[in-house]
Amino acid sequence: MKKQLVYSRFNRFWHWMQSALIFFLALTGFEIHGALNFFGFAQAVTYHNIAASMFLVLITLAIFWHFTTGEWKQYLPTRQHLRSQIEYYLTGIFRNAPHPTRKTALTKLNPLQRLVYLALKILVIPVMVISGLLYIYYRYPQSSGIQSLNIDGLQTIAILHTAGAFFLISFIIAHLYLITTGQSATSNLKAMITGYEELEESKLYKGNRE
Amino acid sequence: MKRFIIPGIALTIFALYFISTITKNNVEQTPTASLKERFSKKENPSVDHSKFTQLQRKFVKPQDVTAACIDCHNERHLEVMKSSHWNWEREEYIEGRGIRYVGKKNILNNFCIGINTNEQSCNKCHIGYGWGDKNFDFTNPNNVDCLACHDNSDTYVKQSGGAGMPDPSVNLSLVAQKVGRPTKSNCGTCHFFGGGGNNVKHGDLEKALFDTRRDIDVHMASDGGNLECVDCHKTEKHQMLGKVYSLSSMNRNRSTCEQCHTETPHENEVINEHSMKVACQTCHIPEYAKVNSTKMEWDWSTAGKLVDGKPVEVKDSLGNITYASIKGSFVWKRNVRPEYVWFNGTASHYLTGDTVSADTPIQMNQLHGSYADPDSKIIPVKVHRAKQPYDPINKTIIQPKTFANKEGEGGFWKDFNWQSSIQHGMDYIGLPYSGQYTFAKTEMYWPINHMVSPKTKAVACKECHTRENSRVGALRDFYMPGRDYNATVEAFGIGAILVSLLGVGIHATVRIVSKKKN
Repeated sequence: MKKQLVYSRFNRFWHWMQSALIFFLALTGFEIHGALNFFGFAQAVTYHNIAASMFLVLITLAIFWHFTTGEWKQYLPTRQHLRSQIEYYLTGIFRNAPHPTRKTALTKLNPLQRLVYLALKILVIPVMVISGLLYIYYRYPQSSGIQSLNIDGLQTIAILHTAGAFFLISFIIAHLYLITTGQSATSNLKAMITGYEELEESKLYKGNRE
Repeated sequence: MKRFIIPGIALTIFALYFISTITKNNVEQTPTASLKERFSKKENPSVDHSKFTQLQRKFVKPQDVTAACIDCHNERHLEVMKSSHWNWEREEYIEGRGIRYVGKKNILNNFCIGINTNEQSCNKCHIGYGWGDKNFDFTNPNNVDCLACHDNSDTYVKQSGGAGMPDPSVNLSLVAQKVGRPTKSNCGTCHFFGGGGNNVKHGDLEKALFDTRRDIDVHMASDGGNLECVDCHKTEKHQMLGKVYSLSSMNRNRSTCEQCHTETPHENEVINEHSMKVACQTCHIPEYAKVNSTKMEWDWSTAGKLVDGKPVEVKDSLGNITYASIKGSFVWKRNVRPEYVWFNGTASHYLTGDTVSADTPIQMNQLHGSYADPDSKIIPVKVHRAKQPYDPINKTIIQPKTFANKEGEGGFWKDFNWQSSIQHGMDYIGLPYSGQYTFAKTEMYWPINHMVSPKTKAVACKECHTRENSRVGALRDFYMPGRDYNATVEAFGIGAILVSLLGVGIHATVRIVSKKKN
């Protein structure tokens, strides 16, 4: 076992910023949705829009980071060990069986995580971003008049946006629990805070780089 | 060092972005400030009519005053005689009916119902002298009443039941020498008292506006804009801007907030965007009838009950007449929250002679519009609901003769006999009467445009964007954030959260239990 840098400084900044923004967007978003009262409707709208544009900046930076560092390859899906990973969560974990895949700095994600995070990146987040942008800009003020995109109304946009929000909350519940299934209950959390984690020294895990 | 570069850039961008969002500073002069500047300058009249020798004489007839006016203003009467104030009708294109001349001559309402056979009384508010029946000469310029609108002495009054003639007590010579730009008191004399009393019809136009405070009406308030009616209802060649949809049908010649305030007067762009679908009035007139009550319901079916053979009136604690033998029972309300409808500026009316079913409330003036229509906006309205005489055989709303000077002339207010009153009225307008009458439910829509509140009292977001008791809860043809949701998505969403929590719970429990065993 050796302490290794698993999450770079930007990686951690991105992760925590994203989690804070998602939490804040959910809070303000569900207030706009009429499901709770916290800031007041007008403030919730203002804050939601500010947080949304901060999220867009963050996403832009993160995309840049993923491509310049090659970190995007972490999310390439693989079927190898997928079944054993599922079996681990369903049964192995209760028998104290070893993790079927090994976490290294170059393969942070197990096959299940790869699938879920990839789905988040290419499906859920884009749906939220696009529906969110349309939500804000389907009509827009322009030189003392109001212009409009040819969108009949908010119905589809808003319902998609809401569905995405529900999905993200379910994801976060599962995520918050699953981070406790690392080497120890808190090792993953500590790693995301400090960047360092005790990992078994090993050569490149075979299934990940094909 | 290198590992600090990307996070450093990221943090800087974030910091700059955040600072820019919280320090937005708008220093340009807002339209409201320039409007205040414009209207704080009051115009000085360019002539003093009291110095004209032509007016320094005794006038026996009001028509002589008009002749004196026309002597100098020798084309103005022609402008007046083209106006709806004179003709009480307009040429309108009505969807499905084509071009029609509509106005008080052929549109019925659900207050005093209609002017025909009742001209002696109703036409007190006509800007003419002597429109007492349908033989009135609309082409005689001397019948134009210049003074009703231009008297600045505040002494000119028209006679009750006098068909538009001035009260005999009026000193015509004094009034003729004190003419000028119309003031609130000229317009209000008629427009605040429509329907036979203060604030009966509009709800947002009443005598309290003669001299009012900002919290009642920011525009007309003496401690606010102190505007005259004609400051917004601008007039060119005696053609007034603005009209009310109890009588007009087309989307033209409207007096709107945007004409002064623009469509985007707010600093907050999200609020500006609302102006695409929401009229200014919707948020800025949270309630109407803020001082005196307005009539909300009128039930003609109870009219005619006499006590000891004499008509009576019953009043409530505020002095509002709740029952009158001549008119029936009324419901009055004060500080009323408006109802809301989509409106694209066009309306269709019940015109005398139209046949309609009385199974559902008859719409006296249907306002057109919907979310899908790009010209429509949500507007606040007063809906006046009534029960009024209806011919169930001919399926027509009845024009009764209500006013009469003496008994035996068929006027309901003297004889209390519906049959003869209806027969007189229907004969007069040339429509058949089956001999049977019932009382049909009718609804009439009054767009609310006045009594604009200070901005601090504007309708808050949450009053519409809410699931319960939304102000626009009756408008269901669009999705509105905060009010609407898709029940299926909601059920699946909450289900997904519960399943996640449950799954996590079960998994964690089994983990803890099995860990103990091992």
